[in-house]
Amino acid sequence: MQKYSIFNLVKNAFSNHQNWDLAWKDPEPKEEYDVVIIGGGGHGLATAYYLAKEHNITKVAIIEKGWIGGGNVGRNTTIIRSNYMHDENGLFSEFGMDLWRKMSQDLNYNVMFSPRGIINLAHSDAQMNAYARRGNSMRLNGIDAVLLNREQVKEIIPMADFSENVRFPIFGGLMQPSAGTARHDAVAWGYARQADDMGVDIIQNCEVIGFDVSAGKINGIRTSRGNIKAKKVGLCVAGSTNILAEKLNMTLPIETHLLQACVSEPVKPVLDSVVTFGAGHFYISQSDKGEMVMGGDLDGYNSYAQRGNLPTLQHVLTEGIAMMPFLSKLKMLRTWGGIMDMSMDGSPIIDKTHIDGLYLNCGWCYGGFKATPASGWTFAHTIAQDRVHELNAGYSLNRFNTGHLIDEKGLGTKTWIS
Amino acid sequence: MLYIKCPHCGMRPQIEFSYGGDASVKRPELNKEISDQEWNDFVYNRKSLRGKHLELWQHISGCRQWIKVERDTATHEIFKTFKADEEVA
Repeated sequence: MQKYSIFNLVKNAFSNHQNWDLAWKDPEPKEEYDVVIIGGGGHGLATAYYLAKEHNITKVAIIEKGWIGGGNVGRNTTIIRSNYMHDENGLFSEFGMDLWRKMSQDLNYNVMFSPRGIINLAHSDAQMNAYARRGNSMRLNGIDAVLLNREQVKEIIPMADFSENVRFPIFGGLMQPSAGTARHDAVAWGYARQADDMGVDIIQNCEVIGFDVSAGKINGIRTSRGNIKAKKVGLCVAGSTNILAEKLNMTLPIETHLLQACVSEPVKPVLDSVVTFGAGHFYISQSDKGEMVMGGDLDGYNSYAQRGNLPTLQHVLTEGIAMMPFLSKLKMLRTWGGIMDMSMDGSPIIDKTHIDGLYLNCGWCYGGFKATPASGWTFAHTIAQDRVHELNAGYSLNRFNTGHLIDEKGLGTKTWIS
Repeated sequence: MLYIKCPHCGMRPQIEFSYGGDASVKRPELNKEISDQEWNDFVYNRKSLRGKHLELWQHISGCRQWIKVERDTATHEIFKTFKADEEVA
């Protein structure tokens, strides 16, 4: 594979950049694979990459209905963090943070990881206490956390509304300095390029229309481009999980909902961290291009539409303007939506299923992007070894049966309630 | 903005309503032995259909009644609305 480096960049400049190799091929599906990953998003591509790299399994195909990276990995707000209280989430995400830090070198692809820190704002004494508790839990798991008072927050984000008479005054916040953002498309493309180089077939424009299951074992899949035999099949399809589960006669603790995001027109640098509003659901960062990148609540009802509705956007941006009044002067540049696999306790599922050779990776709710490397790594392990790794042992499908929920946000069974 | 025809109040904008989830889920009968799996199905497991979906909404800023709405989850077309106790054919 052609290495991406300054030398190759200069070399290719002499031929007007016309002679670069394709980053990945466009193969015809083979008759049989050891592992078929359904879903060419961040998680699917990462899974294929780690299957090849960590487990030496390269007879792998990624089956993607549209084009790779066209779903939620291309639609998120690029936030990377591990500021969780529960052990399962904290340890899993912090493992992922390590992979993020090494990713650009590892993939020979600049994913523009920018550890600029995330601040969750607190608007009451009770919330400060809750954040102190969460920060302590994080530190016990080796995750960096700093509790900031009002003055310290003001130093970092002076443009926020610090007046006394607002409905939700800023009391302080919890900061994870090592959190940040990355270039989301580069993550998908970087994984795709390396996976392809190690022999993985990336098959796009190929829809899965059925599964070949007999005697409790998976034998392959049926697609719009023919039948493909497979010893093992992994599902990484986010908002489309329920559609495929129905073909397998499975009903899952997941509902598909729509989440919107938007960016403003680009402005000069004003915000050098990720900030979340503590009295609602709103998060903001500034992209390298200068756009303010914003997101918040789900639209609030089951949706496969991949496009949003204005009342929710208005509600979310009202919170943003309450937090940072200067936002009201900016023009909206783009808005978009993606469909989320909302699990019933707000935590993901990476597990085996009752069908031999069929593996499930879903339930990522609001936090799929930052989990991309850890999800791929643990899912690859689960598939290759046919058993879960200790990092994803808590993310079992059976936890809803046994009551071992990971209810990080305390939202109960309706994580989609706004 | 969706427009939902409340069977009690008529056509109203979506912001007057609050969503209540899948209306086809039935609570297991009282005083009857049920398995963990049945309870699990009731509390957690959802079909989350793509296409025609029967769901609960509450007219929270209107008559405050719960209603059933038959809506397409891909196109958001609303086919029909029902009172909460109305049988859906």
